[in-house]
Amino acid sequence: MEEKLYLYPVWVRFWHWANAILCLLLILTGLSMQYSDPEYPIIRFDWAVSIHDISGIILIISYIIFLIGNIFTPNGSQYLFRIRGYFRNVTRQARYYAFGMFKEENPPFEITKSNKFNPLQRFSYVFIMYISMPVIIITGLMLLYPEYLLHGVFGTFALHTTDIIHVVLGFIVSLFFVVHVYFCSIGSRPLSNYRSMFTGYHEKH
Amino acid sequence: MRRSLLFTAPILILLFLSLLIQPLTSQTPVEEPQRDYEFQEENQECLKCHGHTYYYYYNDWIEREVKERMNPYCIVDSAEFYISNHWNFRCVDCHSEDYADFPHAGELRMEPIYECLDCHGGDDHYAQYNFEGIDEEFHKSVHSSKHSEEFTCWMCHSPHTYRINARTNKNMQEFILYDNEICLSCHANTSKYQLLTTLDNPNILDKHDWLPNQGLHFKNVRCIECHAEINNDLLVAHNIQPKEKAVKRCVDCHSKNSMLLTSLYKMQFTDQRSLTGFSNAAMLEEAYIIGANRNYYLNRLSVVLFGLVLLLITVHAVLRSTIKHS
Repeated sequence: MEEKLYLYPVWVRFWHWANAILCLLLILTGLSMQYSDPEYPIIRFDWAVSIHDISGIILIISYIIFLIGNIFTPNGSQYLFRIRGYFRNVTRQARYYAFGMFKEENPPFEITKSNKFNPLQRFSYVFIMYISMPVIIITGLMLLYPEYLLHGVFGTFALHTTDIIHVVLGFIVSLFFVVHVYFCSIGSRPLSNYRSMFTGYHEKH
Repeated sequence: MRRSLLFTAPILILLFLSLLIQPLTSQTPVEEPQRDYEFQEENQECLKCHGHTYYYYYNDWIEREVKERMNPYCIVDSAEFYISNHWNFRCVDCHSEDYADFPHAGELRMEPIYECLDCHGGDDHYAQYNFEGIDEEFHKSVHSSKHSEEFTCWMCHSPHTYRINARTNKNMQEFILYDNEICLSCHANTSKYQLLTTLDNPNILDKHDWLPNQGLHFKNVRCIECHAEINNDLLVAHNIQPKEKAVKRCVDCHSKNSMLLTSLYKMQFTDQRSLTGFSNAAMLEEAYIIGANRNYYLNRLSVVLFGLVLLLITVHAVLRSTIKHS
């Protein structure tokens, strides 16, 4: 019988899937607007704008829920790490993904209730959720209300700068999205990690 | 301590960025050239009455000075006149010298009024403006076809106030505002609108409620961008289309081959279309149009990075599958 760990409480699962759907909608509509073409429209431009705006606002609410949840529940501690020596741990985990797992080595860091992310996951989640997200939200709000821009700092290029920051971070999030979806297939079985996010239970290797 | 720092990091970033947010200040006003007003004194004889809503004269019949209300259609704003294109004209260059007498003779009401082509037509000096082309396009437009002959150039371009704009005004916001005010002078003014028609004047905001970011569009593009047919021989399109033919597809502007390049940005847009850097860079001085302004290097870099990630994932997945099966 497989050992199961309850790692993902209901609110985390609910937030996770809401966040995933919103990010997917934002990426698709964002791509559609950025590369809009009358001949090959991915999504009709005005629909893309409306979906992007609405999804963006819901994402802000979802992000606030994420922050509040992490402040008031133990889930927040999963995103903390000591910077000193952490790079070594990230490298070990990356080495495992690149070579170790093909030699049937055991994962270098065991998944436990107090340590549910491996160092690479923890680092990338902190980068996405605590660095990229706040900036992408701020720049998104600025583009939603463009009369309030970083005009004093960037002068007449405020709109371009804001848009470029938003698009570049959006691109990074979309890369993360693809990598995240793939890496989730590395579990005790290819689908077990996806299932975990529905059941809340992590299946150990 | 570390935990609270991590949670407050996004809030601190938000606060820091919000401090930098400032309302978009207006652009630097364009300096007016120094002008020597040769006929100001002479014109003042007319403007002392026609420049005001009331005028005064001595009434010989009742032997006292009286105050009369000026016909609003005969008022000339002197401040507007002296910055207009016709600023160095005498009133009597276009109007009869007999107006010097007061009260004005009754038959002066029948004085013919000049139109643009009477002075500007067939003159090489004005060839660059293509007044004949403008006239031709105007006659194809709904302004001409749906109205009687009383709809003339003056309806939009008052000879007393009109000033050249598209070619000379470097302040894009001012240039757009000026041009849109011409349309709104009738379309947002029921009393003027109903001088020409008995139809209800449609509410501009309601009619455009489908347009996302309505205010932003109204400030950054002219009405004619969507409502006039582009003619490559004219700097400013004059063939106003029926409402059914108005541009409603967002991608006509929000795409790499944005039609704004042949209308609003026609002056800035030359043949120097760069293959690298920003596409449609002509617009970048003034605006950033999603879908129309893309950066060549960022585009290439993103394709390479995305391709690389997909390649690594594919190689990793294939290796996993192969090793597992072997």
